[in-house]
Amino acid sequence: MGRPLSRGEEVVVRAFRDTWLVFRRYLGMTVRNPAWIVIGMLQPLLYLFLFAPLLKSVASIRGFPAGGAYNVFVPGLVIQLGAFGAAFVGFTLIAELRAGVVERMRVTPVSRIALLLGRALRDILVLVVESLLLVLLALPFGLSIHPSGLAVILALQALIGLLMASLSYTLALVLRDEGQLAGVLTTATLPLLLLSGVLLPLSLAPDWLQTVADFNPLSYAVDAARAVFNDHLTDVSVLKGVVILAVLAAGSVVLAARSFNRAIA
Amino acid sequence: MRVTATSDLVGHEARNRDAGPVIEATGLRHTFRSRRGNVDAVAGIDLRVEAREIFGFLGPNGAGKTTTLRMLSTLLPPTGGEARVAGHDLVREPRRVRESIGYVGQQNGADRQVTGRTELEFQGTLYGMGRSAARRRAAELLATLDLEEVADRNTGTYSGGQRRRLDIGLGLIHGPRLLFLDEPTSGLDPQGRARLWDEVRRLREGGMTIFLTTHYLDEADALCDRLAIIDHGRIVAEGTPDELKRQIAGDAVTLGVGGDVQVALDLLAGQPFVREASVDGGAIRLYVDRGETALPALLRVLTEAGIELRTTSLARPSLDDVFLRQTGRSLREQAAPAPDWARWVGR
Repeated sequence: MGRPLSRGEEVVVRAFRDTWLVFRRYLGMTVRNPAWIVIGMLQPLLYLFLFAPLLKSVASIRGFPAGGAYNVFVPGLVIQLGAFGAAFVGFTLIAELRAGVVERMRVTPVSRIALLLGRALRDILVLVVESLLLVLLALPFGLSIHPSGLAVILALQALIGLLMASLSYTLALVLRDEGQLAGVLTTATLPLLLLSGVLLPLSLAPDWLQTVADFNPLSYAVDAARAVFNDHLTDVSVLKGVVILAVLAAGSVVLAARSFNRAIA
Repeated sequence: MRVTATSDLVGHEARNRDAGPVIEATGLRHTFRSRRGNVDAVAGIDLRVEAREIFGFLGPNGAGKTTTLRMLSTLLPPTGGEARVAGHDLVREPRRVRESIGYVGQQNGADRQVTGRTELEFQGTLYGMGRSAARRRAAELLATLDLEEVADRNTGTYSGGQRRRLDIGLGLIHGPRLLFLDEPTSGLDPQGRARLWDEVRRLREGGMTIFLTTHYLDEADALCDRLAIIDHGRIVAEGTPDELKRQIAGDAVTLGVGGDVQVALDLLAGQPFVREASVDGGAIRLYVDRGETALPALLRVLTEAGIELRTTSLARPSLDDVFLRQTGRSLREQAAPAPDWARWVGR
């Protein structure tokens, strides 16, 4: 009590406070314009309503994982939402860079990492809310999940969101151009999607394709999510997915924070 | 009235500080590296800005004005040289520098989808103010900057002048001791410019130091106490606007006299403050060091000699003459604002 904070502690306290401030700003903007949440959910919902029914007849073939069509497909859909929902957040940053909004914040003593984390936390919260809605909307179709499993899924989703948002912001800071960012994102996301087993499980894939997919971190997330939805919370794939994504997310945060610190030159 | 407005704008932080240089830079440099080679955007400049002055950076587009400003405000790390800003080392204590300065860039820093009030309050909290303090200060600035009417509207609906004033409010929220303004009146109409000049002068009266860039000759002349002319990343001249213009050739005084012109000419040419004297179309043309003090003296000399003075005129060299002499080019020809993309390419 009463001990003055050391310099290091002060930096950390400030980083938390500033992150909270920045988070509140961007959350406020989302709340005032909630249309984006709906738009973000549109694609996964279309998959749920228009694509998942096709899987019902496929679910019986050899190689298709146990658990029924929805318990196999919805986990993938959730991961897809996480990965690609956050992948495009860089566009808002480019607009702000161009308008001078970021510069005006950078000239204050605000913690540099807070400028990144505050935004990313908002992105994560939006993702978690969307994922929760998606799971709830899928329940009437025959999806089943244990509440503790749902918590694990949402935590996993937060990691994916942090990873993708950080990467997206880094790209935005490096490219500074909407056209280029769109090019990079669409080029990168499609193979990531196809090699993740989101649409159809990779257990159906030939060996070489599975080997390639082993290099896609999202495939581990999908495996982990499927295990969770099948109530195998202690399955090694869950731990593997969480650890891999946590490491990657941490790395991407460092990368993005450095770009935030250096950029705008 | 004026005094109240001043103290409102400046805030308590800016007052009662020690006098002394607010900016001291030596050999400050920034070299941009690109595939086609290195470009010295700022090629090593020395600067000294005293407290409570309006210091102007005059130069054409691409001269290095913005780059210098961005370095001094910690946005861009220098690639050489050193500087102390508001008493703190630019590179070693960027946080302290940021706490003491306000910066208003060329672009509008406010988000178009957020209200002016929200932006000001948020900016205040970024400077470490508590929420209620930020709220009070924002309300104060909205009032003094005449933005109360639009305070709760999204800034996307603001006029150019309103947006610029809000930008300045964002830079003033924490009552900085030094304010950087990058091309503050570019894009404003004449009324908007005049108003902004008044605002800047009031800030100085309140004890603030202002460092601004401009490519407008009249702005540099009318607003700045001291200025540096910059071209190709180097300072080519520095001083008060009057000093700079005096370097040129002195002021030109034209006198129409009754009686013998030659007698008057001989008399005046002998005065110590007259550099050059000639007869030009029946009138006497003199170049003097300081026209405003020379005129009364000339008048006295003529009166004592009993020579009638019929007409006088005093013409001063403009800052453009100064720029022309230093660089061989006229600034007037290049005053058109650069297209938007030039900013991105130029950096």
